[in-house]
Amino acid sequence: MKPALTLILCLPLLTLSAAPVGYNREVRPVLSDHCFACHGPDAANRKAGLRLDQPGDWDREEFIRRILTTDPDEVMPPPKAHKALSASQQQILRRWIEEGSRYESHWSFVPPVKATPSTGIDDFIRAALPARGLHPAPRADQTTLVRRVALDLTGLPPTLEEQQRFAPPDSYEAMVDHFLAKPAFGEHMAVAWLDAARYADTNGYQVDRDRELWPWRDWVVRAFNANLPFDRFTIEQLAGDLLPGATLDQRIATGFHRNHMFNEEGGIIAEEFLAEYTADRVETTAAVWLGQTFNCCRCHDHKFDPFTQRDFYAMKAFFHNVPERGVGIYGNPVRTNAPPFLKLPSPELEARINSLNGRLKDVEEHQKRFTSEDLEPWAQRLAQTSIDWQILPPVKATGGDQPPRIEGDAVVVGPQETRPNDLALTLRLPTAKLTGLRIECATADASASFQWSELRIPHARARALEPAFLNLLDNDRRTRSPLSISPGKPVQALFELEGELAGGELTLTLGVENAGGSTRWRVFVTTAPRELLVPDSLVAVAKTPAASRSPQDQKLLTGFRLSQLPEYRRLSDEAVALRREIAAAEGEIPTTLVMEEQKDPRPTFVLLRGAYDKPGERVAPATPAVLPKPAADVPGNRLGLARWLVAPENPLTARVTVNRFWQQLFGAGLVRSSEDFGSQGDLPSHPELLDWLAVTFRESGWDVKGLLKLLVMSETYRQSSRCPDDAAAREADPANVWLARASRHRLPAEVIRDQALAASGLLVGKMGGPAVKPYHPPGLYEQVVAQRDNPKATYQQGTGEDLHRRSLYTYWKRSVPHPGMLLFDAPFREVCAMRRTRSNTPLQALNLMNDPTYVESARFLALRMIGEGGATPESRVAHGCRLVLARPPAPAEKAVLLAALQRALSDFGRDPASATEFLSVGEKKTVAPASPAEVAAYTLLASTLLNLDETISRE
Amino acid sequence: MNRITESPEPSAIQDFLNRRLFLRRGGSVLGATALASLARAEEASPGLPGFPHHPAKAKRIIYLFQSGAPSQMDLFDPKPRMEKERGKDLPESIRKGQRLTTMTSGQKNFPIAPSLFKFARHGQSGAWMSEVLPNLAKIADELCFIRSMHTEAINHDPAITFCQTGHQLAGRPSIGSWLSYGLGTQNRNLPAYVVLTSFGSGRPNDQPLYDRLWSAGFIPTQHQGVKFRNSGDPVLYLSDPAGMNRGVRRSMLDELAALNRRDHETYADPEIDSRIAQYEMAFRMQASVPDLIDVSKEPAHILDLYGPDVKRPGSYAANCLLARRLAERDVRCIQLFHMGWDHHGGLPTALKGQCKDTDQATAALILDLKQRGLLEDTLIVWGGEFGRTIYSQGALTETNYGRDHHPRCFTVFLAGAGVRKGFTLGETDDYGYNIVSDPVHVHDLNATILHLLGVDHKKLTYRFQGRDYRLTDIHGERVGKILA
Repeated sequence: MKPALTLILCLPLLTLSAAPVGYNREVRPVLSDHCFACHGPDAANRKAGLRLDQPGDWDREEFIRRILTTDPDEVMPPPKAHKALSASQQQILRRWIEEGSRYESHWSFVPPVKATPSTGIDDFIRAALPARGLHPAPRADQTTLVRRVALDLTGLPPTLEEQQRFAPPDSYEAMVDHFLAKPAFGEHMAVAWLDAARYADTNGYQVDRDRELWPWRDWVVRAFNANLPFDRFTIEQLAGDLLPGATLDQRIATGFHRNHMFNEEGGIIAEEFLAEYTADRVETTAAVWLGQTFNCCRCHDHKFDPFTQRDFYAMKAFFHNVPERGVGIYGNPVRTNAPPFLKLPSPELEARINSLNGRLKDVEEHQKRFTSEDLEPWAQRLAQTSIDWQILPPVKATGGDQPPRIEGDAVVVGPQETRPNDLALTLRLPTAKLTGLRIECATADASASFQWSELRIPHARARALEPAFLNLLDNDRRTRSPLSISPGKPVQALFELEGELAGGELTLTLGVENAGGSTRWRVFVTTAPRELLVPDSLVAVAKTPAASRSPQDQKLLTGFRLSQLPEYRRLSDEAVALRREIAAAEGEIPTTLVMEEQKDPRPTFVLLRGAYDKPGERVAPATPAVLPKPAADVPGNRLGLARWLVAPENPLTARVTVNRFWQQLFGAGLVRSSEDFGSQGDLPSHPELLDWLAVTFRESGWDVKGLLKLLVMSETYRQSSRCPDDAAAREADPANVWLARASRHRLPAEVIRDQALAASGLLVGKMGGPAVKPYHPPGLYEQVVAQRDNPKATYQQGTGEDLHRRSLYTYWKRSVPHPGMLLFDAPFREVCAMRRTRSNTPLQALNLMNDPTYVESARFLALRMIGEGGATPESRVAHGCRLVLARPPAPAEKAVLLAALQRALSDFGRDPASATEFLSVGEKKTVAPASPAEVAAYTLLASTLLNLDETISRE
Repeated sequence: MNRITESPEPSAIQDFLNRRLFLRRGGSVLGATALASLARAEEASPGLPGFPHHPAKAKRIIYLFQSGAPSQMDLFDPKPRMEKERGKDLPESIRKGQRLTTMTSGQKNFPIAPSLFKFARHGQSGAWMSEVLPNLAKIADELCFIRSMHTEAINHDPAITFCQTGHQLAGRPSIGSWLSYGLGTQNRNLPAYVVLTSFGSGRPNDQPLYDRLWSAGFIPTQHQGVKFRNSGDPVLYLSDPAGMNRGVRRSMLDELAALNRRDHETYADPEIDSRIAQYEMAFRMQASVPDLIDVSKEPAHILDLYGPDVKRPGSYAANCLLARRLAERDVRCIQLFHMGWDHHGGLPTALKGQCKDTDQATAALILDLKQRGLLEDTLIVWGGEFGRTIYSQGALTETNYGRDHHPRCFTVFLAGAGVRKGFTLGETDDYGYNIVSDPVHVHDLNATILHLLGVDHKKLTYRFQGRDYRLTDIHGERVGKILA
C-alpha cells in the first residue's frame, strides 16, 4: 500500500464523521483488515478464543489497552503480522468502544429496501455532492451523448443517419429506445457476461485444444436482445435442463457452467481435475451472483466473511452431479467435446445424414440376401492347407525422430517416436506373383504403446481383410483403430494384393507414433490362392467341425466367404465408403457443452485443506448457512439453487447485478469491487441508491433493458465528462466516486476494434456461429504451442467476411488469446472476471498504428472520406471526423488535420512507390478513386483519427 | 479494506502518477516542452513508494527456465549407489505412497535406472556435474546449487504455473510482473519484463508454453511480460506498415499529439497526457528494440563464446546473447524458457540434445556478464518445474530409460549478485527420491529471489477480491545459507 495516498483519501471521510462511528462504514473495515485473520470467522485459526466479528463477551478495556500500547510484545496486531494500526484507525476503534461497541450486520447481507422516497438516481447522487463541495456538471452536448449512448449500449459508433436523426436534444429518449432495440445491443452486452462466464473457444491448460460452446454464446446474445428477464436468464443458465419440459434453448443455456477450463494433459489424475472444475463452478457462481469470494473457503473457513468450508462443499454438491470425466480423451481427434454435450445439426445436414443412412441400410439389406453355397468345402480347404509366408528382408529404413534400425529380418522402431511420423521401409521382393501381404509388429516391452494410422503400398491396390485395419489405407492420419500390443501378442495385419507386385524393391510407408517402448516390424508375402488368405483366428474356426462352431464363429466364417464374391465385395466397399461419408457428415454437426444430472448422485465430501484426495465429512447440497434459507418447495438441486439466487429474500443477487450494469455504464460500480461484496470489498459509495436500484430492478420483473434505460435516462449519466477547472473540486474527487461529472474512460478492446471496422464500413453484420480468425501476427502460436496432437498449432487466418466480424466472434484460444484483445486489457478467460483494468501502454499505441486491422480500416475510412465526403479537403476531413468521432471537427482541429493532409500529400507525392505499398496492407482490395498518393495521404489521416485518445475513449 | 476506494486502482503506479499529475496540473494546458520533460521524468520510473525495502544485491534477474523438468540425477545429483540397485524395484520404504502421474501409476514395477552419465567434481568447490555439461563444469566455482528443491505439483501446467506465480492454478501474477510492479523499470525505452522462448532439440515437440505464464494476473496489465519473438516483429506490431518511413511516422505522431492536446483542453483528463507519452515511448521502442536485437556488431569471439547455435534466431544460445544485451540495457526481469526437458522415454539421447542446446550458452552468458562487470548486480537462476524419478518409466535397457515427473526433489542453480559462489546446498537420499537435508520449497526460492532484488516477499502485496496476495502466498522463507 502507499500510506501517503491512503491518508489523503481517508481524510474527507474522517472529517465528515462527526456523528458516532458507524460499524459498517468505519469500524469493520479496520477490524476486518487488521484483526479478523486471527479473531474472525475462521474457527481453526482463531487465536486466544477471541472473536471480534460478532458481539461477544470480551474485555473492552483490555482490547483498547492492547491496540494502544507501545510494548512490542503486547501490541495488537503483533508486529510480525505487518498490519500495524494507524493513529486514525486506533481512534476509530477507541471511539467505537467508548460509544458502546455496537455491531451491525454486514451491509450486503441485510435485504435491500427503498429507504427514502425518491424520484430516481439523480436525487441520490446530488444529495451527496454539497457536503463534499461538489456541484453537478452541466449536461454534455447532444453530439457527445449520441456517441456515448451508442457506444455504451451497442459497442458501435452511431451511424451518420443516427447522428442526424438524434441531433435534437428532445430525441434523447427515442434514441435510447432505438439503441436498446438494435441487435448489436445483445452482442455488446454479451461481452461482459462472457468475461464473467470465462467463455473461450479452447479448453485451456497445456494441450488447449478446441471446444465448441459458441451455441451458448449465441444464446447469451439472443437472451439480451430478447430482454430475457434476469431471473430467467439466471435459472436457464444454471439449471435450464432441469426445468419441466426443458426446451433445446434452455438446455443450450446451461453451457454457462461448462465454460471452465478442461485439462487434457497426459498423466493427470481425473479426480484432481474434477475437483477443480466443480470448485470453479462454485467460485464463479458465488462471484457472479452473490459477489462473494468463495475461493477462500475451499481450504478453510473464510477469514473475513461468515462462510465456512462446509458452505463451499455444500455448494459444490449442486455442481458435482454431472456425468463427466475429469480428464480429456488424450490423443483423440481435435473436434471432440467432453461429454455431456448436445448435437445441433442444421435441418439440411440432418437430411443428408438420414439419406446416407438410408442408402447404407439398403446396401446392408442387399448383403443380407447373399448366401454361401460352398462354405464347408472352403472351410475344409482352409483347415487343410497351410499358407507359406515368406519373409521380406529389409534393405533400408528411414524417417522418424530416431532412425529405425534394421536388426536381422526386422526393423526396430522407437523407443521414442513421439509424433506421427512417416517411416519408409524398403524391402526386397521375390520374383513370383504375389497375392497376400502380412505386416507384423511385435514388442518385448510391457509398457509399449503405439499408434499406427497409415500404410501406403506403391503400385498395388491392397485390401485389408479385417475391419481393424481398414483405416490404415484411407490416407487420413486422423482415423485410426485402437490396436493393442504386448509382449507375446503381436499385431498382425493381413492384406490381399490386387495390383502387380513382383520382383525388385518395395518401399512401404508406415504412419507410426510410438509413445514408449520399441517395436519390431516384419513383413511377409505369399503366392497362396486368394481364397485362402484369412487371418489365423479364422483358420482355427474352420478347423472346428461345423456342428461345434458357435453361432458367432459361423457367422464370421460365412461373412468372410461371402466377401470373396465380387458382387458382395463391391457392396462391402460401398458400405465402407458410405460409413466414411456418414462419419464425416456427423463430424460437421455443431455440438455444444451442457450440464446434465446423473441419475445416481455422486457423493460430495468436504475436502480437507482443499485436497482432492483428502475427503472429510460428506455433505448434501445446501446454500450458505449465513444467508436466508431457500423456500421449502425449492428442489435440492441446481434448479433450487438458481431459484434461491433470484428469490426476493436473497439480499445479494439484485445488488450485485445492478452494480455490474452500473459499472458498465458509469465506468465503475457503486461498489467498486464488483466481484466482492464481502467485508474486504469496497463499501458502496451510495448505499441507498444501490438498494433503491436493486429493489426497483427486482420489482420490475428483473427487466434488464428497463434498468439500463433507467440508468441512461438519468441526468447523472448525461453530464459532461470534463474535469472541473476548479482545483478544489478536482481534489475533492479525483477518481469521480461522487459523480459530479460523467466518467471518461478508455473503451474496451472489442469496442475499439469494432468501432474502427464500423467507421470504415468494413464491419460485417452477420451474427453468431463458430468463431472466426481475423488478422493475427504470423508465427505467434508456433513459438509457444506444441505441434503434438494439435493440427491447430498454426493460426489459420480466415478470409473474406471472417476478417471483419465483430470482435465478440474472434477465436479465443486460452493459451494465446488474440493479442489485440489482451493488449487492451481483455482477461485470459481462464477464470471468472467481473471487471477489467484499463491500462495505458506503448504496446497499445503500436497495435493501433501498425496492426493490419487498423491500417486496412484506415484505408477504407479514407475511401469513404474521398468518396462520400464531398469535393474539398475541408468537407472530407469533416466527414472522417463524423464517421469516427460522431462530431464535426473544431476549427483548430480542422486546421491541424488539413495541414497534416497537405504534409502527407507532399510526402507521398514525392514517393508514390511508398504510397502504393502503404495501400497494399490488408486482404480487401480497393479500386482507388484517386491517385495512390492522395489515397495514401487520406489513409494516413484516417489512421491518425483512429489513434486519437478521444476515439478510443468514451467521453 | 472495505472502504470506499476513491481511486480506481489504488495500488497501480500508473494511477498514482496520473493522480499526481492531476492534482498538480489540473486543467492547465501543457505545452510540448512540458510534455517532453514529462516523458523524460518517466524514463526511470520508480517503483512503489518504499521499494526497494533494503539495498538490493541484484538490479536485475535473468531466469533461465528449463521447461519440462531436467533430470537432476543425470546432471547434478549423482547417485552412485544405484549402480548396484540397477533394475531392482524402488522400495516402498522410499516411495512411501507418493502419488504418481497416471503415466506410470499403472506400471507393475518401478525398476531403478542409474544414470548412464559419468559424474566428476569440478573447480575448487568440487561441485558434482555430469559429463554432458562440460562448459558449465568449467565455471563451477561461479555457481550455487540447490539440490534440495521441492514443489507441490506433479503435472507440467500446474507446476510451471506454481514456479511462476506461487499458485498451481492460472490467474495470479507472474514473478516478473511482481518485480515490475514493485520495483518499476530502469529503462523506459524497453519493457521491464521481457520473455524469450526456445524449442529444445531433445524433444522437439514437447510440452507447450502459454502466454499466461508471464501474465500480470490481476495486477495492472502494463506489468505483464512482453515476449520477444524470434521471427516477424520482435515485439508485436513494432514495425510500421509497408510504405511508412520514420519521417512520416514522426510527423503523424506530432499531429496526433497536437490533436490529443486539444482533447486535453476540452476534458482535462490526465489519461490523455499519459496517452501522448505512451505514443512517444512506442516511437522510441521502434528504434530501441531493433537496436537491441541487432547482434551484427557483436565481435566473433563473443559469438564463438556462445557457440554456433547463436547464429540461429530463436535458439537458446541466441536468446542467451539477447539476455546479456537486455541486461546491459537494465531490463529488470529477463526470462528465458527453453522447452524439451520432459524425458519420459529415450532420456539419454534427449538429454544430450538438451545439454548441447544449453550448456555452452549458459556458461557463456555467465562469463560474458562477468567480463563486463554485470554479473555483480545480475542474478542468474537456472532450473525447471520439478525433478524426475530414479525409476524408469517404460523398459529399462542397457542404453535406454525414461523418467517420470518427481516433485519431491530436484536441483536448480543460481549465480551472480549476492549468491554464494561455488556452493552446494541440500542433500537427497541414495535414491534421489526424498530430501535428507536443507529442503527448499519453490516459495523459499522465490522469497530468496525477491530478497536479492531488494524486496521483502511479505511486503510485496496486491489486494484482489478482498485479499492481499503475494508471490509466495502465505509461505516462503529466505534461504540464508545460499546468500554471499
